[in-house]
Amino acid sequence: MLLRYRGGEGMLAWAFHRISGVAIWAFVVLHVIDIYLVGGNPEAYDELLAIYASPIGRVLEALLGAALLYHALNGLRIIVMDFWPPLTRYHRQLWYICWLIFVGVGLPVAWIVLKPIWEGVPT
Amino acid sequence: MSAPYTRSGRARPRGGGLELAIWYLMRLTGIALFVFALTHYLIVHVIYDPAEQDASWIAQVRWSSTFWRAFDWSLLMLVLFHAFMGVRTVVVDYVKGRSRTLLLAGLYLLAFVLFALGTAVVMTLPVVPKS
Repeated sequence: MLLRYRGGEGMLAWAFHRISGVAIWAFVVLHVIDIYLVGGNPEAYDELLAIYASPIGRVLEALLGAALLYHALNGLRIIVMDFWPPLTRYHRQLWYICWLIFVGVGLPVAWIVLKPIWEGVPT
Repeated sequence: MSAPYTRSGRARPRGGGLELAIWYLMRLTGIALFVFALTHYLIVHVIYDPAEQDASWIAQVRWSSTFWRAFDWSLLMLVLFHAFMGVRTVVVDYVKGRSRTLLLAGLYLLAFVLFALGTAVVMTLPVVPKS
């Protein structure tokens, strides 16, 4: 259904890029403020860090990593097509390569980020 | 008419000027962020665990060297430009008229506040010697 609507993979690549971009922007806003607290109010920062390190926080961190990795890979794909327009003919294949790398790199990273949920924090 | 080849990126603005400069800078900062942002994520989520990165860890370890402060400040500059210009494109795509002007003004103000807060903390947080 999603793949049939208008642009197919090209449109999905664009939509995911936009959604992941806005999500990362929202996290950056939060993240600059929390790092400011390291100087301005260290106790408040440490309390916030406890939320980041909680199970729910870790799931959100994994999702942030996924958004970041997709946006980074698809961003390179956009740049490649912008500067070598003939490669646009292979935009689908390039998108599948992005997903291949996304899964290959993303799964081990997600494992490491999420593992402390069931194994406890490494000391 | 927009460029025939664009399938996922914003079409390269015609005629030059500020819009074209921003178009190029989005791609340039994008490539830089590929390295800086992914390295940053790798360090704070994979090599170290978030649970150990409390305020004193940042003062004693993470920001004990000028190199990492410079790295993080560069990342801040890159991400503020790229993220806020990106959201600007989204706002311009979906919002028109007076609300667009107001939203963009708020966006630029927020970017400036984050620039000030981030720069202040990375430049002034005292280094605490490891005890």
